Amino acid sequence: MTIETLIWLLPLPPLLAFALIVLFTNRWKALSHSIAVGAAFLSWLGSMVVVFRALGIEHFGAEGRVFESSVAWLPLGETSFRIGVLIDPLSAATLFFVAWTVLMIFVYSVGYHNFGQPQGDHDHAGLPPHGATVADEHGHTHKVPSIEPMYARFFAFIGLFAFGMYTLVVSDNLLTLFVGWEIMGLCSYLLIGFWYAKPSARDAAIKAFMTTRVGDVFMLLGVAYLYAMTGTLNFRAIFFNEEVLHRLATTPAVDGFLGLSAAGLIGLLLFIGTIGKSAQWPLHTWLPDAMEGPTPVSAMIHAATMVSAGVYMVIRMFPLLSAGWHEGAALTPPMLAMAVIGSITALFAATIAVAQNDVKRVLAYSTVSQLGYMVAALGIGAYIAAAFHLIMHAFFKALLFLGSGSIIHGMEHGVLHTDDLVDPQNMLNMGGLRRKMPLTFVTFLIGGLALAGFPFVTAGFWSKDEILADAFAHAPLVFVVLAVAAFLTAFYTARQITLTFLGQPRTASAQHAQESKWTMTLPLVVLAVFAVGAGWVGTPWKNLFHEFVGGTLLEHPEALPFSQALVPMVLSILISLSGLAAGWLVYRHYEAGQADPLAKALGVVHTWLKNKWYFDEIYHALFVRPSAWFSETFTYKWMDRGVIDGILHTVARLAFGIGPILRNYFDKPVVNEFIGDGSASVVQWFGRRLRLVQTGQVQFYMMTALVIAIGVLLAVIALP
Amino acid sequence: MQTIPLSWYLIFSAALFCIGLFGVLSRKNAVAILMSIELMLNAVNVNLLAFWRYRSPETVAGQAFAIMVFAVAAAEVAVGLALIISVYRRRKTIVADEIDLMKW
Repeated sequence: MTIETLIWLLPLPPLLAFALIVLFTNRWKALSHSIAVGAAFLSWLGSMVVVFRALGIEHFGAEGRVFESSVAWLPLGETSFRIGVLIDPLSAATLFFVAWTVLMIFVYSVGYHNFGQPQGDHDHAGLPPHGATVADEHGHTHKVPSIEPMYARFFAFIGLFAFGMYTLVVSDNLLTLFVGWEIMGLCSYLLIGFWYAKPSARDAAIKAFMTTRVGDVFMLLGVAYLYAMTGTLNFRAIFFNEEVLHRLATTPAVDGFLGLSAAGLIGLLLFIGTIGKSAQWPLHTWLPDAMEGPTPVSAMIHAATMVSAGVYMVIRMFPLLSAGWHEGAALTPPMLAMAVIGSITALFAATIAVAQNDVKRVLAYSTVSQLGYMVAALGIGAYIAAAFHLIMHAFFKALLFLGSGSIIHGMEHGVLHTDDLVDPQNMLNMGGLRRKMPLTFVTFLIGGLALAGFPFVTAGFWSKDEILADAFAHAPLVFVVLAVAAFLTAFYTARQITLTFLGQPRTASAQHAQESKWTMTLPLVVLAVFAVGAGWVGTPWKNLFHEFVGGTLLEHPEALPFSQALVPMVLSILISLSGLAAGWLVYRHYEAGQADPLAKALGVVHTWLKNKWYFDEIYHALFVRPSAWFSETFTYKWMDRGVIDGILHTVARLAFGIGPILRNYFDKPVVNEFIGDGSASVVQWFGRRLRLVQTGQVQFYMMTALVIAIGVLLAVIALP
Repeated sequence: MQTIPLSWYLIFSAALFCIGLFGVLSRKNAVAILMSIELMLNAVNVNLLAFWRYRSPETVAGQAFAIMVFAVAAAEVAVGLALIISVYRRRKTIVADEIDLMKW
C-alpha cells in the first residue's frame, strides 16, 4: 500500500465504526466500544506511519516533497473539481496530535461512562446516570456510579466526530475541509445535547449550533469567493503559487468593498468562520455552555480537536490572509483583525476564567483564551508559534479536561457514597483531592503548569514563550495584552489546582472521593508525557518544530534569533511564576463556606467577571429577545394573525357574499333553468314531432328511403 | 356477326328493376312484395352477367356474384315466407299496411 492510499484510508475506520454501531451493535455495549476504540486505534496507527514517514523526508513540504493524491470528483465544463488528500508539514503535525488525543479520549470514554458498573436504579436515556444500589457480602447497600444508558450511542457519535476531524486534516482543498468542519459541527451539537432530557443541555446544543452557524455562513461565502477568483480550492495550488497570491492581493475586492483586496475580503470571511468555530470574541458564548456535554466531549470537541480546527484553518490559510505582507510591513486587514480579536479574546476570557467556580467552565474559558493567543499570534505573523501553541495546547488542554472529568468522577463517587448532594463540579466543594486521587493530581498538575507556562519543563512554556517573543519583537501592544492574559492564566490555574487538590476536603463528598479506573488514568498519563515532553521540539535554541513546519510555506519564515528571544523569555518566566504564586497565596487558606477571597478584593468587578461580562445577557437582550419579539409579535401576531389571516378571512367573507348572488342570479336561472331544463324541453319538443315519422309501415319506410336516395343522387349529380 | 349491344341488356334490367321496385312500394300483399323483391334481385343478376360477358369474359367474377345472389335470394324467400306465415297466424292478415306493430 502506498502512503497516499494509507492517507485516503485514515478517516474511514471511525466512520465505519459509526455506521456499524448505529446500524447493528448499539444493543451491545462492550462490542460497541471495542469497535469504536479499535477504529480509533487503526486511524492512530495509520497516522503514526504517515507522520514518521513524513519526518523521515528531508525538506518535507518543498515542491514535490509532500504526500498528495487527488481524484476528479466533479466535472465542470472543460476542467474538473478535484478532491484529494494532502500531508504537508503542517497537516502532519496536526495529524500527530489529533491521532493521539482522539485515541486517548476514546479510551477515556470507556471509563468515564462507567463501563463495567451495574445498570442504574432509575436511569433514563437522555439523562446522566444517577447511580445504582448494590449490596456487599455483609448485606450493606451502597450507592455506586451506574453505566451510561446510551453508552453505544456515545461511541457512535464520537466515531463520526473523529471521521470529521481526520477528513479536515487530510483534505487537500477547502471544500472537503469544510465538509469535515460541518460534520464536526453536527457532532458537536449532538454530543453537547447528548443528555437531551436536560433542558440546559438542549439549550447549549442549540446555542452552539446557531452560533457556529453564523461563522460558517461567512466562511462558505469566503470559500465561494476564493473559488470564483482562482478556479481552484486546492491548498497547494493557491498557497504555493506566488502568482495566484499576488493576483489575489492586488485585485480589489468586489465593488471595492471597504477598500479591501480580494485576498483581504476572502481572508476576513474565512476568519469569521474561525471566530465561530474557535469561539473567539464575540462568538465565544457557546463554548462555556457546551460544557453541558459529557467530559470526553468537552475534551475532544472543545479543547483538542474541533476548536483547534478553526485555528488550523486560519493557519492553513495564512499565505492568503497575509498575501502582500512581508516582515516589517503593515499588517493586512485580515491579520489586523486577527491580532485585535485574538488579543481581546485572550485577555477577556482569562478575566472571566478567574471568577468561575465550575471546574470545567474555568477550563472552557481558558480554552477560549488560549485560542485567542493563537489567533493573535497568527495576526502578527507568528505562523510557526501559532501552530506550535495549537499542538501543545491540544495536548495539555485535553489532559486538563480529562483530568477534570476524572475529578468530577471522583467527586460523584463521593456524592453517591455519602448522599451529600453537593455539586460535584463546583471547585469550592472540593479541596484535598491530592491524597484521594494522586494520579489525577499529578497529571492535572502537569497539565495546569503547562497551561500556566511553568518554565522549562512544560510544553506550554515553550509554545507560549514563542508567541510572546514574536509579539515582543513585532507588536508591543499585543505583547502587553498577551502578557497580562498570561499572568491571569497562571493565576486561575493556580487557583484551580489549589481549590481542587490542595488544602483540606471541604465537603464529605470530597472526603470520600475515589481515584478513577485505569481506562481514565492511562490517557491522563500518556497526555501528561506529551504535555511535558512535546515542548522540547520547539526551544529557542534549536527549534526543530520551526524547521519542520516552516516547510509548509513557500518561503521558510525567519526564526527569531536567540538574543531577541531572551528578554521576553525572562519576562514570561516572571509572569508565569508570579501568577502561579499569586493564585496559590490567595486561595491556600480558603475554607468551606467562605466568600471567594477575590470577590472581597475586587468587589463589583468580580461579580461582573463571574457573570462573564454579562455577554449572555447582552446577547439575550440584543438578539434573542428581539428575535423572540419579532417572531411572537411581528411574525405571529401581526403578519400571521393580522395580515395573512386577515386576507384569508376577507377572501372567505367575499366568497360568502358572492356565493348567494351567483346561486340566485346565475346558477338557478341560467344553468338550471335555461341550459338544463331548456335543453331537455327542446329535445322533448323535437321528439314529440319526429315520432310521427315512425309509422311502422314497411312500405312507408321504403318510400322514404327511395325518395332520399333519389334526392341524394340528384344532389350529387347536380352539384359540381 | 351482329350481336345484341350491351345497352339493351342494361335497359332491360333497369326496366325489370323498376317493375320490381314499383311492386314493392305499391302492392298490399306481403307475398307480392316478396315476389317484387325477387324481380329486383334478378334485374341485378341480368346486369351482373351482361357486364361480365361484355367487359371481362376471361374471369368468372360475374357468374360467381350471380350465384351468390341466387343463394341470398333463396334464403331470403325462405325467411320472408316464414315471417309472413308467422304474422298471418297471429293477425290473420298479410296486408302490409295493417302490419304496423312498430308504430310509435
